[in-house]
Amino acid sequence: MNAAVPLIEVEKLEAWYGKRRILNGVDFRVDAGEIRVIMGGSGSGKSTLLRHMLGLNRPVSGTVRLFGKDIARASERDKLEVRKRIGVSFQGGALLTSLTVGENVALPLREHTALDESTIRIMSRLKLEVVNLGGFQDLMPAQLSGGMVKRAALARAIVMDPRLLFFDEPSAGLDPVVSAELDELILRLRDALRMTIVVVTHELESAFKIADTITVLDQGDVLMTGTVAEVRAAANERIQDLLNRRPREVQVDADEYLRRLTREDG
Amino acid sequence: MNAMEQETANGSTVIRLRGEVDLSWSQQVRRAVLDALEASPRVGVELSGVSYIDSSGIAALVEGFQNARTHGRGFALVAVSDAVRSVLELARLDRVFPIVADAAAIPDVTGTPAWKP
Repeated sequence: MNAAVPLIEVEKLEAWYGKRRILNGVDFRVDAGEIRVIMGGSGSGKSTLLRHMLGLNRPVSGTVRLFGKDIARASERDKLEVRKRIGVSFQGGALLTSLTVGENVALPLREHTALDESTIRIMSRLKLEVVNLGGFQDLMPAQLSGGMVKRAALARAIVMDPRLLFFDEPSAGLDPVVSAELDELILRLRDALRMTIVVVTHELESAFKIADTITVLDQGDVLMTGTVAEVRAAANERIQDLLNRRPREVQVDADEYLRRLTREDG
Repeated sequence: MNAMEQETANGSTVIRLRGEVDLSWSQQVRRAVLDALEASPRVGVELSGVSYIDSSGIAALVEGFQNARTHGRGFALVAVSDAVRSVLELARLDRVFPIVADAAAIPDVTGTPAWKP
């Protein structure tokens, strides 16, 4: 593959939920080896952008390319090849509750490779060691704490050594120590296993610690993409509101407000 | 360029790996390590020319080391490159594997190097 091809290339992406426009023609690009943080408040569109990059939502207009492939138009075979090269750690873990932790982590290897069983066993337990869950392979997900579920989900996301890892809200609901350990781990995964990592978060401290570059989303628009220093120094008022945790000023359009309350067609 | 060479001298077999050890050929590495342990009392895997190793490659080394311990053979990683070391450190395996600077220092099962100065 041509080294100049970005791992992620999103162009003019629009997304709607019903009558509400969530993304207003977003452009977004991530090159190999980067740790990119997508930051924004709730309702900014960051989760919707993530869902489009994972192929869970289809673009209404615009394109999403991973490894140079337009994932809405790629053949099933190409899509499978892309899927093998990405890992996803979902916010809620998304572990299969009827499988043990070890079986959950081994699942991608069993689905996508023809490796012998001893290699699969060692690889999946190795990843549990990496996330500090060594020896927990026989427990069921229901027996784990929230932080452990998150780490087990990360172990499953990285079990295939993906080139590209998506991590949705790594710190949400975790105590500060576990959260700091995860930040550290994200940095080491990039350095040791050469992963390109996209983290969606609203945690400023974590974002500033791990990011090479930050994309700030607000109400469906990319306000800026820049280094940590550039984002901190940004003159944009909305960015400063986010950084300083200031509540946003809600604009009230009286006509539109009344229409929303009284419209009969839903 | 990925490559694997094997050399036996003074009762030690050294498997020299080069390039990127990944899923595409790590199963060959695994087979070579296990075969060498059947034939030789001391086996080293030389990794100075490895620029990347993925978890399937690490798994081959782990299985080799475990096999050596079970069957009373000496086993070590030799001249580990920085790229390999960072992956070993990720899972704290740098504290598990015997790691030596050159083939002469590959220990036997008792931990004694093959060659003493």
